[in-house]
Amino acid sequence: MAKSAQATRNEPLAGRISGSAGVALTPAKPATRISLRADPAKAKALSKALGVDLPLSPKTSANNGKGLWALWLGPDEWLIIDESGGGDPLTALAKTKVLHSAVDVSHRNTAILVSGKGARATLEGGCPQNLSDRVFPVGAATRTVLGKIEVVILRTGDTDYRVEFWRSFSDYAFGFLSETAKDCLA
Amino acid sequence: MLLIHCPYCQEERPELEFRNAGEAHVERPRNIAEISDDEFEKFFFIRTNPKGVAYERWRHIHGCGRFFNAVRDTVSDKFVTTYKAGEPRVDVARDADGIVRTKGAAQ
Repeated sequence: MAKSAQATRNEPLAGRISGSAGVALTPAKPATRISLRADPAKAKALSKALGVDLPLSPKTSANNGKGLWALWLGPDEWLIIDESGGGDPLTALAKTKVLHSAVDVSHRNTAILVSGKGARATLEGGCPQNLSDRVFPVGAATRTVLGKIEVVILRTGDTDYRVEFWRSFSDYAFGFLSETAKDCLA
Repeated sequence: MLLIHCPYCQEERPELEFRNAGEAHVERPRNIAEISDDEFEKFFFIRTNPKGVAYERWRHIHGCGRFFNAVRDTVSDKFVTTYKAGEPRVDVARDADGIVRTKGAAQ
């Protein structure tokens, strides 16, 4: 048997780091992601399988405190993000008897963590949506646009945001956020 | 920047998240194999393109992804109202001040 070469998987933004005074841009660590489509009336059984309650109202998210997030994207659409590393949400969903569509998009998406007191201003440099505390509190999640690309923004903390986008847009997103971080003057 | 009310997200969102999707309430004939070419042309190609009140489909493509219906005044580019796909046509009227409002809405 000849030894087969082992390819190592590289994250699209591996090793990149950026930011400015008051903002840090950090590529998120690898995560399992699932695009889940199902009838919201059947959410209960799916929630049970996942171990996190699928949110049912617009712009909300839920998490189990161990790195598993469920983001409401549409009336019948959720984005599941599992950063715990050990979970297998796809298999867990497959065991349910409920009609649903779960697609593993782990390597389609990548994410940047935007944190610091200038984080919101940095996002506002390219996002037309209202991100103020009143309508976008901690835990809010939405699909929207950033500059010329579509992103999913999740507010994980007071000054912490996770920006998810397709990996082919990662250079653009990182460059864009680096530029707006310079302007935000936290 | 216009703000458009998405009936599924239940709030106003920036226009950049939306895409127009043509005229609303165009019903596909149920007997599509039997209708004449003229009738098919009317259904498939001919649109009203009104000046004033237009019933349109819009899609919240960079948001929840859903199609919904909107009533827009094409003269002032103001959205009168939006409602979910599949709901019946909402009656509107142009008031004396020239602004289109849904019927029964307080001025």
